[in-house]
Amino acid sequence: MQTQTRKIMQDGVWQNNPIFVQVLGICSTLAVTNLVANTLVMCAALIFTVSFSSATVSILRQLTPRNIRMMVETLIMAFYVIIVDVVLKAYWPDMSRSLGPYVGLIITNCIVMGRCEAYGISNPPGRAFVDGFFNSLGYTYILLIIATFREILGMGTFLGLAVPFFSGPHWDKWIILVMPPGAFFVLGILTWIFRTIQFRKEKTSP
Amino acid sequence: MTIGSEISQALVVCISAIFTQNILLAYFLGICPFLAVSREIKAAFGLGLAVIFVLTATTLLNWLAYHYVLVPLHLEFFRFILFIIIIAAFVQFTEMVIERYSPFLYQSLGVFLPLITVNCAILGASLFMVIRDYTFIVTIGYGLGSGIGWFLAIIAMAGIRQKLAHERIPRGLQGPGIALIIAGLMALAFTGFSGVLQGR
Repeated sequence: MQTQTRKIMQDGVWQNNPIFVQVLGICSTLAVTNLVANTLVMCAALIFTVSFSSATVSILRQLTPRNIRMMVETLIMAFYVIIVDVVLKAYWPDMSRSLGPYVGLIITNCIVMGRCEAYGISNPPGRAFVDGFFNSLGYTYILLIIATFREILGMGTFLGLAVPFFSGPHWDKWIILVMPPGAFFVLGILTWIFRTIQFRKEKTSP
Repeated sequence: MTIGSEISQALVVCISAIFTQNILLAYFLGICPFLAVSREIKAAFGLGLAVIFVLTATTLLNWLAYHYVLVPLHLEFFRFILFIIIIAAFVQFTEMVIERYSPFLYQSLGVFLPLITVNCAILGASLFMVIRDYTFIVTIGYGLGSGIGWFLAIIAMAGIRQKLAHERIPRGLQGPGIALIIAGLMALAFTGFSGVLQGR
């Protein structure tokens, strides 16, 4: 069991990382990477949704007829997303407004469906939960890297606080990084670096 | 608001949805199929057309459902589930109709229809429509414009990627890496349109 959990962990975070290797689910979340705070909240929402819906799908897996399972999975996902949305609206209305429709779009985020389909439907609930958790964690840290680059270089702040050198007069702010094209560039370059490292490793290990 | 001013507002929203507020390049919606199906122009064309059609129709259906069912019942939080069900049902229905009446259209468009249910651009457009409080006529312009914008982006991308197939690209950058960087450049080009509409 211990080794199995470890393997799930490594797979989600590095070997089979949802963003770099599977290129899944970048749609709705790339949009919130202009500020680190937004990214943190969005990713927390995603981790919650993925792990719980994967576990729920797994609990119900014997009861779900095969040919309507997509519909059932979608409804389970929507159920958790509504919880997140309502809680955010009630306790943190500013954040809810600045995330706009993207919280709702977690439903169509391919990574949620991907984990439910690939893992939740055929494994026991506990492991499905762990798998969902680490896959979304692997997703989270990359978005955090992107958001950090974009916020520091583009606005000179980190979590809204001024960063010494980058907010000073000697640093020309890279406005382009806060605008949509910046997200594409940063993710493209990160993918390049990550894949190059993976290819190197493959070459050295037999 | 009079009908005339609503129509002109719909036009403005439509054009801005195509160029300056492109749903793909400015809001990152529908990137997964955008990266996966943009290897050749023919497939991109089929998917793009299907998106225009489904997006326009479902935003209108969702507008009606939201304003005539959910708002009177005070069930606004229920919209995620309702929207996704309407989209899935509509896609299924279209697939059946096309299969029955136009085998030709089914061959060129049918394979892409199931893909569309999980395209975030479709749900995203409906959610934006609710948040921005569009009226029915403006929603027509918005749905059509978003669909056309997505179509343009994927066609352009497919054209560029076909040319790239014969270029030498560093191994780590092949596939999604280079596609993302091209998308970034395209987004940059599309922001160049932002002067076209004053005050958006």
